[in-house]
Amino acid sequence: MSTDAMPLRERFTQGLDAPICLTWELTYACNLACVHCLSSSGRRDPMELTPAEARHVVDELADMKVFYVNIGGGEPMLRPDFFDLVGYAVDKKVGVKFSTNGTRLTAERARRLAGMDYVDVQISIDGALASTNDSVRGEGSFAAARTAMDNLAAANFGQFKISVVVTRENVTQLDQFSEIAESYGAQLRLTRFRPSGRGVETWDRLHPTAEQQRMLYHWLLERPDVLTGDSFFHLSALGTPLDGLNLCGAGRVVCLIDPVGDVYACPFVIDKEFLAGNVRHDGGFAGVWRESDLFQSLREPQSAGACASCGSYDACQGGCMAAKFFTGLPLDGPDPECVFGHGEDALAARDAAALPGAAIGHSKVDRHGTPIPVPTPVRFRTRALA
Amino acid sequence: MSITDARVDAPAGEFDPTRAWRVHPQVALRDESFGALAYHYGTRRLLFLKSRALVELVSALDRYDSATAAIEAMVPENERAQYTRALARLAKSEVIDVH
Repeated sequence: MSTDAMPLRERFTQGLDAPICLTWELTYACNLACVHCLSSSGRRDPMELTPAEARHVVDELADMKVFYVNIGGGEPMLRPDFFDLVGYAVDKKVGVKFSTNGTRLTAERARRLAGMDYVDVQISIDGALASTNDSVRGEGSFAAARTAMDNLAAANFGQFKISVVVTRENVTQLDQFSEIAESYGAQLRLTRFRPSGRGVETWDRLHPTAEQQRMLYHWLLERPDVLTGDSFFHLSALGTPLDGLNLCGAGRVVCLIDPVGDVYACPFVIDKEFLAGNVRHDGGFAGVWRESDLFQSLREPQSAGACASCGSYDACQGGCMAAKFFTGLPLDGPDPECVFGHGEDALAARDAAALPGAAIGHSKVDRHGTPIPVPTPVRFRTRALA
Repeated sequence: MSITDARVDAPAGEFDPTRAWRVHPQVALRDESFGALAYHYGTRRLLFLKSRALVELVSALDRYDSATAAIEAMVPENERAQYTRALARLAKSEVIDVH
């Protein structure tokens, strides 16, 4: 069919003129403090995009024919202009999929969302039981998420998504997550836990074991209806590829716009090493996407490095750049969760003192500037929110 | 890195090439060097049209009384079977629908 022989995956690794989709974290403010938060969220950043600047970003995305954005945070519903911005985007045919902890998804807001086209909602839980979930997301957060799901169901929102980051503790509950999703007619979405943000501190104890990953791979293969955001492609080295493009799209077909307008290669690499530019600069988002040196270099052929001699490199592409970076592994070597155990060997050999850590963070601090321990309990407003 | 939750395969749908077809009204096409991206706002599916010739054919469908007529006008004879199969796949995913 195609007039030239280049496979599509290769085309994508060379980058497109515009992202296929992108993640846009609207605010660093969050009323939860999950121990694995990829963006170390908590405090709003005073430099966050204004409503007018945010609308301008939407204008650019519409011009570039970006079909949809994955909105997150922080907790995006804490932004006062959240509904205005979502409405503005969908009016311009930029579909919105947003992730929320559900704490602000009141019955009234659920009805409002049910009346909007092109809006998908993902409610995050990280345990099928309150105890498992709350140990990661904070006391009361499971009940809050379930209330939000109830509100969406009562508002006849339609099929929403339940989003789970797979950890060592919740990987034994996959069937229970499915049951929760089924009970709402919702779709289950599982994504990979990367050692990003506050996850840097918790990854060692919470990332699934090698045996658990093999179990997860087979569980996913049997359930093609479970969404994964293409995040488990490192597991495709086990045999039959999982559904999806199975490539790292960072800076090639996806990227992240953070709350202050900084553009990073992907949502899991909020670090100056992977900062491509800022939407406030001349040229805007399109300029960053098309011209940044970082993105240009990511679109060049990448070295397989230590993985070059592995017969499965085509399947896993060396895994996740973010997972390697934040565990201190070379980017041209095995993923820390390499299914053949090469990552574990590399982790054992690395220089722990050289780990990058999470340099950019918005975790909450007390009045002395001391970080507040995470997770912290949910504090609810008692009055109904408009 | 989260590329897309889109699925390439969709439930079976009928493709009758003797009928008139068009790009589904809820589908947007974005031209790319390899062909085009197609996004269905209703099913939220993202698909890839893997050649420019296919994009041109799909975009022109609504000007013909039948898919067969469009194919005969636009596709060399020895490639018509594969383009018919490609349209059948796109019909299945609702990228095109009956006009």
